[in-house]
Amino acid sequence: MRVGFHAPDTVEELAYLVAEAADTRTPLEVMGHGTKREVGRLVQYGAVLSTESLVGVSLYEPTELVLVALAGTPVAQIEQMLAENDQELPFEPVDLGPVLGFGPGQATIGGVLATNISGSRRILSGSARDHLLGVQAVNGRGETIRSGGRVMKNVTGYDLSRALAGSWGTLAVLTEVAIKVLPAQREVRTLLCFGLADPTGVEVLGLALGTPFEVSGTVHVNGELARRFSDEEISRPGQSVTAIRMENFPASARYRASRLKQMLQAYAPALELDTARSRMFWDDVKSLRMFERTGRPLWRISMAPTSGPKLVHSLARKIDVRALYDWSGGLIWLDTPPITDAGAVEIRRTLAEFGGHATLIRAEPQARAVIDVFQPLDAPLMALTAALKQAFDPVGILNPGRMYAGI
Amino acid sequence: MSQLSMPRPDPAIVSRRAEIVRQLKKLVPDVVLIADQEGRRTFETDALTAYRCLPLLVALPGTTEEVSKILRFCHDNHIKVVPRGAGTSLSGGALPLEDSIVLCLSRMNKVLSIDLPNRVARVEAGITNSGITQAVAGHGFFYAPDPSSQIACTVGGNVATNSGGAHCLKYGVTTNHILGVRLVLMDGEIIDIGGDYLDAPGYDLLALIIGSEGQLGVVTEVTVRLLKAAEGARPMLLGFDSSDAAGGCVAGVIAAGIIPVALEFMDRPAIHVCEHFVAAGYPLDVEALLIVEVQGSEDEIDTLLEKISEIAMDYNPAVMHRSQSPEESAKIWKGRKAAFGAIGQLSDYYCMDGVIPLSKLTKALDEIGWICRKYRFDVANIFHAGDGNLHPLILYNSNDPLQLERVEMCGAEILKLCVELGGCLTGEHGVGIEKRELMRVQFTEADIGQQMHIKAAFDPDWLLNPGKVFPLEGNRVQ
Repeated sequence: MRVGFHAPDTVEELAYLVAEAADTRTPLEVMGHGTKREVGRLVQYGAVLSTESLVGVSLYEPTELVLVALAGTPVAQIEQMLAENDQELPFEPVDLGPVLGFGPGQATIGGVLATNISGSRRILSGSARDHLLGVQAVNGRGETIRSGGRVMKNVTGYDLSRALAGSWGTLAVLTEVAIKVLPAQREVRTLLCFGLADPTGVEVLGLALGTPFEVSGTVHVNGELARRFSDEEISRPGQSVTAIRMENFPASARYRASRLKQMLQAYAPALELDTARSRMFWDDVKSLRMFERTGRPLWRISMAPTSGPKLVHSLARKIDVRALYDWSGGLIWLDTPPITDAGAVEIRRTLAEFGGHATLIRAEPQARAVIDVFQPLDAPLMALTAALKQAFDPVGILNPGRMYAGI
Repeated sequence: MSQLSMPRPDPAIVSRRAEIVRQLKKLVPDVVLIADQEGRRTFETDALTAYRCLPLLVALPGTTEEVSKILRFCHDNHIKVVPRGAGTSLSGGALPLEDSIVLCLSRMNKVLSIDLPNRVARVEAGITNSGITQAVAGHGFFYAPDPSSQIACTVGGNVATNSGGAHCLKYGVTTNHILGVRLVLMDGEIIDIGGDYLDAPGYDLLALIIGSEGQLGVVTEVTVRLLKAAEGARPMLLGFDSSDAAGGCVAGVIAAGIIPVALEFMDRPAIHVCEHFVAAGYPLDVEALLIVEVQGSEDEIDTLLEKISEIAMDYNPAVMHRSQSPEESAKIWKGRKAAFGAIGQLSDYYCMDGVIPLSKLTKALDEIGWICRKYRFDVANIFHAGDGNLHPLILYNSNDPLQLERVEMCGAEILKLCVELGGCLTGEHGVGIEKRELMRVQFTEADIGQQMHIKAAFDPDWLLNPGKVFPLEGNRVQ
């Protein structure tokens, strides 16, 4: 097949291209707008297959909380459409564009689902994958397959849709997704504590999540990183910031914020942000503003929340790291010095003590060429991973090697 | 159902029964083995009782290692295995085959650890769904998925069918609450997937295992998320003169940005049966009843119910009543939860589990009524209105073989209708044997083929729970 860049206008054409690639054993780099193409192992592909020309929302039923879009539809376009109906994407996708050198809002919905990168609200509402109701995709045989549907509940057959979420285009090319959406919350309140040490900050976030107040955002940001928040009152002190968000109808959000403030008196919550300032704060978190243009490698680590500070503390004794804890400590965005391995050896060795996994989101190509970008799996799990790849993409043409060598 | 065929039993396996029992006794001496006919009889069916089959034998292991040894033995001897929890499947998911060993996990019912600071619990797969909540309720936490059978059903069974429940509009279903599992593959390999953190590394194998109806591996341990219970909850009853008005009201509530924790719909026959059975206080002179429940503090509940009442006014409700006390709330839910039992008192019923888009509710109910009249059956409809899951209960006499055959045809027509309307065959009960042959209504050969490739990736010899989920013709175990 022709080398270079392919962006078919129809699903049929895309399926044809994949079948042709399978016949000719041409490895394809699969992507949407390519904002996340630098994430993954360094691999040579024969051609690029983009879904960027598959654009459009084919169904949106606000009262059924469902939206169906072609995979190349920009997330920004979908968010705009939802906002016009007072709705939103519940999983609040992190916009990796800015930290990877792109402008904001360029990601496609297919890319968001294929990488399953969920934002702060994941603790309350669930992940991107949790909101995926159905997909149409093209597997490595060039077959167009469907799974799930457009309704909330569906256990008809295996759940291929969610299995494709987070597979980084290595199993099938997503061409259309059906997602669950939710009403946008009208009032947002954010309680902030300043200057707490990491273990205390994470403890506060855990306490907040253990209340019945439906806390929808819990972050703790190291002092140095906190300087980069847009809101001057928050960035100026240069102290760590611990933030707890509640979203609801106005009276409820205010009531819950006041109850929580009482409960957390011992930690001296010093500031309560109103809706507008809350949105500004959480937009900074969503676009990882504090990690933009730092020239340092960036890791994304998922682990048990209370172990998060222990990991960071242990690492900090050996390398210069800075952490943003989200998901009440369960998700750590960690930047490391630009050393040869981006800190991979230390991170993975320390993580093994606690359990969890680390993905290298940003690094120089030299680093990506020599280290495992995705968490290495133990042998039985890797064997199953290989079998699954084989089941979807038997000749190995879809983003081969991007996640794991030979897969 | 009545014409249902299962994979042909292997006479060589059946004839080796005594020897297999002897070998297993030696291999796993602590496993409870049930080989006598009377004992096996207990396991011959599940909650889809129209189908029965005596298994070769039943094994009740107590540890993951025993599960692994049994599976390895079955793998090497080419013996089929049917995993089972409490046997509450409504789709025949736990129906044995004559040449199969039923692997029942009900003895593995312990809570292994509770970690409240991280809001997770590790349990054995044979614990009941309510058993998890009971273990943490003292601290104000709960496990969210709440299928109607939660007192009896096991979390392993919930994983197999990706169970939902009355509160899944707000909280989601099983797949949204499982962080990790210990899985034993058919060849005996023990694999840990995920852990005590969100979003497991690598491919989302949990997504495949949850809802795979016991066909990919045997889950022995599960790590679940725990949530803090709301401050309070209260339902209200809304009665309407038409299903159209009730459906409109549901859409209106959601359009106003309110996501109630539960939104249940009952049609006139369902209301009458439940009210006569439980005296829940339901109005009898309406065509459609909504039970709408919201959560929060007392003030928040009042505000939300007030808003919902205002919205309902646009749809001319015949009845609007807010629960006045915890006792009344309990009674309202008792009526709804007793629906299946109440209808069961009247007659045998065939419970369907299709899903439809909410906007198609009236069309669906009209057509279901028409289909049932055509087959000369009465029907009562219960509908999880928030998520589109529709349970028509078709009343029939199971002792009449002609009726059994007719009710199957009637049910199949209803499920085809659900797919035509943009929905699906099953929302929470699973495909099992019951809807196996209808899979081609919803899926193409390529869709089904991809699923079968996955089955083969986990279980190349198709020994785990065969004869379920996929149409038998063209299926690897045919």
